[in-house]
Amino acid sequence: MIHAKRPLQILLAVLILATIVIPAAAQDNGDSDTTAVSDDAVNEVARDIYCPVCENTPLDVCQTKACADWRELIRTKLSEGQSDQQIFDYFARQYGDGVLANPPRRGVSLIVLWVLPVVLLLVGVLFFSRYMRGLRGAETETVSTVPSVAVADKPLTTAEPARDDYLARVEEELKKSNE
Amino acid sequence: MLADLGFLALLFAFLAAVYSAVASYYGGRTGKPAWVESARNSTIAIFFLVLTACLLLIASLLRNDFSIEYVWRVSSIDMPTYLKVTALWGGQAGSLLFWNLLLSTFTAAAMFRNWNKQRDLMPYALMVASMTQIFFLFITMFVENPFARLAVVPADGNGLNPLLRHPGMIIHPPMLYLGFVGFTIPYTFAMAALMANKLDDTWFTITRRWTLVAWLFLSLGLILGGRWAYDVLGWGGYWGWDPVENASLMPWLAGTAFLHSVMIQEKRDMFKMWNMFLIILTYSLVILGTFVVRSGVISSVHSFAQSAIGPLFFGFIAIMFIFSAIWVTRRRSSLTSENHIESFFSREAAFLYNNFLIIAILGVVFLFTYYPIISELFTGEKGFVGPPVYERALAPLFALLLLLMGIAPLTMWYRSSLKRIEMSVRWPALISTLFIAVLFAFGIRSWGALLGFWIVGFSGILTLLEFWKGTRARMRRGEGAWGALTNLMSRNRRRYGGYWIHIGVLVMAFGIIGTELFQQETQIRLQSGESVSLGHYEMVFNQVERYNGPDDLVITEATVDLYQDGTLVRTLHPRSELYTRTMQPMTIPNARSTITEDFYVLLVDWEPLTPNEATFRIYLNPLINWIWAGAIIFAIGTLVAAWPDKREERIAAALPAGSALGAAD
Repeated sequence: MIHAKRPLQILLAVLILATIVIPAAAQDNGDSDTTAVSDDAVNEVARDIYCPVCENTPLDVCQTKACADWRELIRTKLSEGQSDQQIFDYFARQYGDGVLANPPRRGVSLIVLWVLPVVLLLVGVLFFSRYMRGLRGAETETVSTVPSVAVADKPLTTAEPARDDYLARVEEELKKSNE
Repeated sequence: MLADLGFLALLFAFLAAVYSAVASYYGGRTGKPAWVESARNSTIAIFFLVLTACLLLIASLLRNDFSIEYVWRVSSIDMPTYLKVTALWGGQAGSLLFWNLLLSTFTAAAMFRNWNKQRDLMPYALMVASMTQIFFLFITMFVENPFARLAVVPADGNGLNPLLRHPGMIIHPPMLYLGFVGFTIPYTFAMAALMANKLDDTWFTITRRWTLVAWLFLSLGLILGGRWAYDVLGWGGYWGWDPVENASLMPWLAGTAFLHSVMIQEKRDMFKMWNMFLIILTYSLVILGTFVVRSGVISSVHSFAQSAIGPLFFGFIAIMFIFSAIWVTRRRSSLTSENHIESFFSREAAFLYNNFLIIAILGVVFLFTYYPIISELFTGEKGFVGPPVYERALAPLFALLLLLMGIAPLTMWYRSSLKRIEMSVRWPALISTLFIAVLFAFGIRSWGALLGFWIVGFSGILTLLEFWKGTRARMRRGEGAWGALTNLMSRNRRRYGGYWIHIGVLVMAFGIIGTELFQQETQIRLQSGESVSLGHYEMVFNQVERYNGPDDLVITEATVDLYQDGTLVRTLHPRSELYTRTMQPMTIPNARSTITEDFYVLLVDWEPLTPNEATFRIYLNPLINWIWAGAIIFAIGTLVAAWPDKREERIAAALPAGSALGAAD
């Protein structure tokens, strides 16, 4: 009968060992050992998340208890293997898009921060180029090159505006000194 | 008793301002100079009355009169005397009173200085100046009264906010306010010119020095704010794109565009309407900035409506904007010019590109700063824009601006020879390329940094060449090198002061690129004797001590030894300060600064501390001291540009007003 007990003992031993080893092995996979996550890794993520309750303070420098808790939450999530973007998404879901330093491109933020600046820029460039082009056209007409602000003098038609501008100024000053 | 007198003084000042507005307008319209002169004299009265109110508030602060709410709020018995005096601008009501003091001083000075030379403008200038004063005195008296009393007199006050007890923070508000208030003067004379229909260069040439000095103070205020943030706030940086910072930056941007744009009007008599728009914009942004800095409007639209101050400020901005717009529209025919830009490469065009870029930057900053309010109004959820977004959007714009800064002096009025420009940029471009090739060889791979450094080098060399060319030209006429250089600058203060300022900006840009793109940081918990490495430094933690400071201060100080390549270079003492009365902590960093970088250490005091264990946050900030050095160069340049030139003034005075020569550069 001793021989019959052997396999049973072995089986029991294996079973007991298994219940110890397997969960430990399973734990290794998830690696929820938060001490492995450095402060720097936490700060990398925390820097781009703003405190939901304090004023304009990113989580990496915020000194309140709430922020400390949030940093620990980030640490836990990082240790679970979550990516930076997943953590950002989590905070955005919980506290709104307004806690992210980089607002996601959706809704109002898309319009105001992306579309609007581009539109305004194009409008600006449009006005700008129309102004410049409209003026280039005026080059062929007579151009008043007298910089004085008093009465507009007789315009000078000229092929060398720079030189004649100088002459016009000289004439202007001579006139003034003769008054 | 003193409080009642103070309030009375403000009340009389308010009434005097109302009188001044009415009398000047009446005198101007009916052509009765006696009334206008009386209005001018009342600006002196306003100044003395507001000064009296300020002195009375200071006296109350010094006498620890806690029956006055403001004194209770910002002062305490144990505070040192100098802080009690500076507490005048330590809180909302007091700083508004201080604003009024500066405004009344500047207004009285501007009115008297220009009295004889600009008789036709004075009635309207007085009226517009009075309108600004009326608003600010009204707000000070009826919304944020510094002399408001407490029903029950407390035994001691709260004391000044610990953050404000740093020397940088003491001068920072006055500097900013000097800048803000300074910009009201060119606006006043712009509106006066519109109303008097005297739309030549007079309005900005007479206020030129005001504009430049206001701009200098605003610049210094911004830089000091950055320095204070770096030294005291303890987050390793100097600019956070915080709404309050941005609110002060925006009038600075508009003012910079204005400073450049008026040069086109002077030389070519163009952009009159644009210049009007720019000064109105600057003024509006100043008022808006004052409002944002002092209220909590960005944090929530709801806080805007809670105090009366929000709607009142907004109402005032709207009224002044509409008032200005009406007058610009009325005078639009006088504001058009017969002159035109003739070439894409002329100096006028260069200034236009400059304005375009600056306004683009202003637009972006405005949009991003007020985005929280916009999103809250439309979606009920408060959005937010953080520093990375600002930097991504603004970096290309600033880069183009810096590039333009270098090329613009090469352009000529009317039109430029492209060939000449091309020849002039060849060597600087080559040298700059060599420079970044060296950087690349040393391991710098960030193309953003390389491009940025290239532009800084390129524009820097071109600007220095301007000094070289001018000096050499004078030397050919027989002057010695040093004499040539100093005479060059002294005879052409605006131009060379301007180039000096540009060099300051480029030096700052060099530092900013270094810090923003190459900053390293780390955070670590250390036991006594343990060390951490960052860059080629090693920092060893010794111990933490706790002791009592002056006042109600408790200081927790860590001692760390800094080693560079194995040798001990410095012992640093980052510390945490706690003002026990208000339980407000402050983390004060300690840094070792060299020309290459700062090794900046913070004691992380929200983690547990024992005498032998502490958490540290360390930043390595490359090139950061170039920013402060550049700021000094910048300030000197502005002084050079603004320094009165007796010779120039005599010539300008001798010529008839508005003559072309008077606008000589």
